[in-house]
Order: sequence, then C-alpha cells, then structure tokens
Amino acid sequence: MTKNIYLDYAATTPVDDSVQEEMAPFFSEKFGNPSSVHSFGQEALFAIDKARVRVANFLGAREREVIFTSSATQGNNLALQGVLEKEENPHVITSPIEHKAVLEPLKNSKAEVDYLPVYRNGVVKAEDVLEKVKDETVLVSVMYANSEIGTIQPIEEIGKKIKEINKKRKRKIVFHTDAVQAVNYLPCDVNRLGVDLLVMSGHKIYGPKGAGALFVREGITLSPVFYGASQERKINPGTENVPAIVGLGKAIEEIKKNNPKKTKELRDMMITGIEERIEGSFLNGDRERRLPNNVNMSFEGVEGESLVIALDREGIASSTGSACASHSLSPSYVLLALGLSHEMAHGSLRLTLGRGVTQGDVNYLLEKLPPVVERLREISGRGSKK
Amino acid sequence: MKEYYTKETIERFMNPGHMGEMKDANGVGEVGNPQCGDQMTVYIKVEDGKIKNASFQTLGCAAAIATSDVICEMVIGKDIKEALSITKEEMIEKLKKLPAVKVHCSSLALEGLKKAIEDYEKK
Repeated sequence: MTKNIYLDYAATTPVDDSVQEEMAPFFSEKFGNPSSVHSFGQEALFAIDKARVRVANFLGAREREVIFTSSATQGNNLALQGVLEKEENPHVITSPIEHKAVLEPLKNSKAEVDYLPVYRNGVVKAEDVLEKVKDETVLVSVMYANSEIGTIQPIEEIGKKIKEINKKRKRKIVFHTDAVQAVNYLPCDVNRLGVDLLVMSGHKIYGPKGAGALFVREGITLSPVFYGASQERKINPGTENVPAIVGLGKAIEEIKKNNPKKTKELRDMMITGIEERIEGSFLNGDRERRLPNNVNMSFEGVEGESLVIALDREGIASSTGSACASHSLSPSYVLLALGLSHEMAHGSLRLTLGRGVTQGDVNYLLEKLPPVVERLREISGRGSKK
Repeated sequence: MKEYYTKETIERFMNPGHMGEMKDANGVGEVGNPQCGDQMTVYIKVEDGKIKNASFQTLGCAAAIATSDVICEMVIGKDIKEALSITKEEMIEKLKKLPAVKVHCSSLALEGLKKAIEDYEKK
C-alpha cells in the first residue's frame, strides 16, 4: 500500500496531539479515583471538573448540567430511558434517520413512537413536528446532523416551536438532540438550540474513545437506568474514566482547530469531481444543508462493500451503506428513508473528511475512484444507465 | 496484520479470471435480488455433456465476486453431475476461508450454477 488516506472521519477520528498530552499524566501519575478524599483522588476530581467546565462553556450550559458518559450511545440511552421510565402512556416524536443509539432505546421503551417524514433531501421539517404533537407527547428527539448523509436538521426552529407549545402545556415536552456529528462544525449553544438534552462523543472530535457527554437542562429529572454509587449525579454511577474525560474536555477546547470553510471547499471539490468523472453517480442528501465534511454518493451498477475494499487496496479508507458491509441483510435505513431503491442504497459510498485531509488527498481519490467504479461495472455487466 | 478477506479472496476480487458475459452460452442462471445486495449471473457452455466454459457477471461484495469466480473455475471440464456435486466447503477452501457473514455468498454462487444447468437442460 503506497498511500494511507483516511476518509472515514464520521466513523472515528485520531486523537489530537494536544489531547494525548493532556491525558498522559492521568494513567500512572495522577491515577487517583475522583471519589477518594486524599490528594491523589482530589487531583483527579479537579481534572474532571476542569473538563466539565470546558464542555459546559462550549455548550453555554452550567457545569452541573454536564454528565460524563462512556459513549454517546450510553448518553442517548440514559437520556431517553431516563425521560420515559416514569411516564405512563408516553408519545414520542422522532425521525426515522436517527442513529440506532436513539432508535433502539425508543423501540424498546413503552412509548408510542411517531416518525417524522424525511424528504428526498434528508431533512425534516419543524412544522411536521408540530403536526404530530398531542396530549400524550412527552419527548421529541431529532439528531442535529446525520452521520450517514451529513444532512443538518432544523434544531433551532424545532426548539422554538416546542418552547411555544410548552407555554400552553401543563406537561412540558422535552427536546433531545443527538449532536455527535454536529459538534465539530455547527453551533451547539443549548439555549440557542432550545434543547433540554444533548449528547456528544469524544472520539468523533479528535478525542479518545471511551468518553462522551450528556447535557441535562436544570429542571429535567432523569430516572436512573442503572444503579451504583453517586458519581455523575447518580445518572452514570461508576468510577469515572479520568483520562478519557480529560481528553474529551481538551478536545472540546480545541474544536476551533476544525476549519469548516476549507473542509467544505474540499468536500464540494470531491462531489463535483466525482460527478464529472463518473457517470451514473448521485449525491445522497441535501447539497447545502449538509455537514462540511460529508460526501455520500450512490453509483449505478456497483455494490458498496466492493467499492470500500477496492479503495482500501488503493490506500483509501471509506465506508458504505450497503447491507454487505453491515451484519444484516438490509441496506442503510437512512438511504431507504430518502426514497432510494435498494439497489442504489447498496451502491453507496460515504467519504468523510477531517483535519488531516489535504487537496492532494482529494486529488488522489478523484484519480483512483473512477477506474475502480469502471472495473466493478465491468464485473457486474451493469454500466450506468445512459 | 489481520485482514477481513484472505489474500486468495482479494486476488480473485481484483482479477477475476472468469468474468464477463458469454454470448454463446447455452445455459444462463440469474440469482439474487436488489433487496439483498448481491446479484449474480452464471453462464455455461455445455458440449458433449461437459462444461466447456463458464463465466459470470456479479453485482455484489468482494466475497460475491470471488465465489462467482471460484464456481466458474471449478466447473470447467466437469460433466454436469460432477458440477452439481460441488459443495460450498470446497469452494471456500479455494479461498482458504471466508468471514462467517459471507458464507452465504458461496451458496448463492452454487445456486447460480444450478440455475444455469437447469436452463441448459430445459433447452
């Protein structure tokens, strides 16, 4: 393999050097348990509280509104189950393109779940939320940005509408957003967004795997999902993963290292470059309301996993919504929700950019992808429909 | 380094020896469907009871392409009865191994061959 180009930043990111440095002392030097009263413990406690302040500042929230978790999946479960557990007959409104970490807890709860229409462009409409609200509605959950197609949902608009409705309601509707893919590039002030619950993940933002954060607005009570001692306001009991939390705090502070403008330029160059060079290629999801780093395209006559393997042989790491690359027999439910045929959903390729990606990398991808697609079309005997 | 696919699978995926439409095929079998993601067409040319030539066209993952290539290679020179007795274990041996979730691709390739033979016998 001559090159090593990573274009799967939506899956995970490398830990930034400054983050690693910040984490280092907390493995064997400052290794205390934050619950210990002695100096070792207090030093560790101080470090996680510093991380808490960093996350709170980033979100425009209070320190006590930030709970550390082991992952965004855990954060979403704690939030959703925490809200629904105490309700009798809850009705929840969400989108069909949420991450499984939101869809599964909702499916496995006692709630009646109502799914918003997702249009061909992969964006939901705030007014559709209003339309579905009824007396029993207790929760609305809409992700800020989708991990597969990068489309950006109207969270601020939805937040405003919910605030309006709540003025006239005794039982207030709680608004949750999975912001995992959004944190890198979009404004996350919780008051501007109007959210009550927000989840983020460390390893998507150049921080370590093993830490996430959950914002819980003052006044929202979450029922515990599991039990133990009293760490993290008893919402996430268990000894804190100090190094990872410290890493998350530093990563949040370093968010400005992202360059949304430059990333967007490279993204658009990639999209148009692919469209120009490969016939029968289609962009999935809105072109404008889209994360600056997300490229998701379908190719006629080609299957996604074989694309990923072929690109891997050329030194390029990518991803796909094809069933062949998942562990099920069905392709990406997100792509199907957009109205794509099964075939086009199977023929999808996701390329996501990040801090390390250069113009040279984009050029290399544009050089290598067309012959790969051509060869696979030769093997399938299905060229693009002319 | 641990790889998802064996070297043998990758080689066949990158350079399948038997890909392509066979214009003078006398048996064609199509299997799979857009729902599951893999679609294979197996072409055979049978002469004097023996499979003289076999080729495939596959829209699918690396395993699907590799197993299509394997089945074609294995049937050439065999008579129909021998061809029908090929097992997926024998096929997978040619690839050394396949990830568990990909074993069904070899079954699909076998099915493609069976359908091609059926098609030939109908004619």
